[in-house]
Amino acid sequence: MHFRPRSGPKSTSESTYPRILRCGDRAIGIEFSDTVSEAANLKVLSLDASLAAEPIDGILETIPTYRSLTVIYDPKILRGAALGEALMQRATHDTAVPETGRLLEFPVLYGGEHQADLDELAALKNMSAADVIALHASAVYRVYMIGFAPGFAYLGGLPDILHTPRLAVPRQRIEAGAIGIGGRQSSINSVPGPSGWRFLGRTPFKLFDPARTEAFLLKAGDRITFRSVDLDEARELDEKVAVGTAELKEIAR
Amino acid sequence: MTALLTISRAGPLMSVQDDGRYGFRARGVSTSGAMDRDAHAIANALVGNDADAATIEFALTGGAFTADRDTLIAVTGGSCQVEIAGRSVSTWESHLLKSGETLTVGALRGAVWGYIAISGGIAIPKMLGSRSTHVRTAVGGLNGKALSAGDILPLGDSEKRAPRTLGTPYLRGHGPIAIIPGPQDDYFDEDAWKTFLRQPYRTTTARDRMAMVLDGPVLQAFKGHDIVSDATVVGSIQVPGSGKPIVLTADGQTTGGYPKIATVASFDLARLAQLPAGQQFLFRAISADLAEEQTIHADDRLAAVIADLRTSEG
Repeated sequence: MHFRPRSGPKSTSESTYPRILRCGDRAIGIEFSDTVSEAANLKVLSLDASLAAEPIDGILETIPTYRSLTVIYDPKILRGAALGEALMQRATHDTAVPETGRLLEFPVLYGGEHQADLDELAALKNMSAADVIALHASAVYRVYMIGFAPGFAYLGGLPDILHTPRLAVPRQRIEAGAIGIGGRQSSINSVPGPSGWRFLGRTPFKLFDPARTEAFLLKAGDRITFRSVDLDEARELDEKVAVGTAELKEIAR
Repeated sequence: MTALLTISRAGPLMSVQDDGRYGFRARGVSTSGAMDRDAHAIANALVGNDADAATIEFALTGGAFTADRDTLIAVTGGSCQVEIAGRSVSTWESHLLKSGETLTVGALRGAVWGYIAISGGIAIPKMLGSRSTHVRTAVGGLNGKALSAGDILPLGDSEKRAPRTLGTPYLRGHGPIAIIPGPQDDYFDEDAWKTFLRQPYRTTTARDRMAMVLDGPVLQAFKGHDIVSDATVVGSIQVPGSGKPIVLTADGQTTGGYPKIATVASFDLARLAQLPAGQQFLFRAISADLAEEQTIHADDRLAAVIADLRTSEG
């Protein structure tokens, strides 16, 4: 076989973006950056929107992430080489601005079963728990991507002061709805499972509920604010969510 | 009246699977579906089911089953002891299982994932377009869980058919497992690539439907073992800080933060998944363009096998 992979040191010049990355014989990626940036994420979402509006025959799924768009295709209908060219063409010539995502308000019961993490975070930052809550609830977050688990939302926009490393030892079970901080990222947990993130509280709303008509609450590009609620309001919302009458407040489009 | 299949004994990791859940990776939902798509498709064809019907997948050890209607059954994936009412029957062909008779499926020899297809298919409700079970997130399947003794599964309707065998043998590839370098192939220097393509790796017992952790020489990513999380695909080969490659399989998560040195060619993924623990093998690199050709060719070969089923005697 004469084929040689690209190995690191041979490529001396810095990569230029966007660039095409082959991901096997049924998927291809187009990468806009190798860091987390809102500009790169907007390009990802813009290209994704373009593919939704004017589909290319043979594309089966698109997966937008922080900085790249991965496209799954049927090689019987569409070859990766041709698809890569089409993606580059659209990415470099299409200047369409993606529509601004919805702005949604999530009620959060700060503390609660996550009081220990909240107190520890406050101690680490030399702040009171109330200050941490005020700071966390003051920001507008962007859903950079959905991934890892059904409906799990990776958020950008966490205030710098709250950036905190993950726990050395992950916990075995974190409930759905838990609001977490992992490094410079923030998240809303969607299904119960192990996690090494630190958690400040929980929202009664379910990001993923397969029994609901719309199983997923969020999509990449949506914006989010958090509003602190007390235990009584959280319990009231829990009951409404359980019977399907709770409605997430959409502040703007 | 819906016909029912009762499970009286179940091996570990037994679950309902079909040909996968598509269109939801952008929402964090894994594709799932049979670990060995070809074996699953052949099992379905042998009992007269459509390609998207759900079968029972098992890992290493089967179980015991009874239906309350006459059905056709087929066991594929590898070879193992299969009995109907105490009579030994062959794998990779379909057989009549009369109402009330017990089907027992033993341990696979030289394979890991087996399939039991029943005419009519497992008719549990679909979730997000598929019946496949993703146990980790409780999506699909029978209440999102692995199957166990005492479970009762509804069967779909089916026409009465004669048992069938393969007219064209189904042959797997051999030799090194084909991979396509990337997307983070440039995180690894020439030495790491030489190691990856020239040294043998070994399957281990650290495997499930989500991933296979391989053993072998450590792969160092000179750019580091953390990337800004991006999309993974079924077949992605992640290299975490331990330097031991992890191959993501059917239930693999949709995004990940480890560099992915390569992707297993889709026509070779089931062959890798079927290697018993402790088996040594080599990787070989091919271009994505060539892999596409070979994948299409493999799909055509499978279609030819399925098109050439024959009615068995007696």
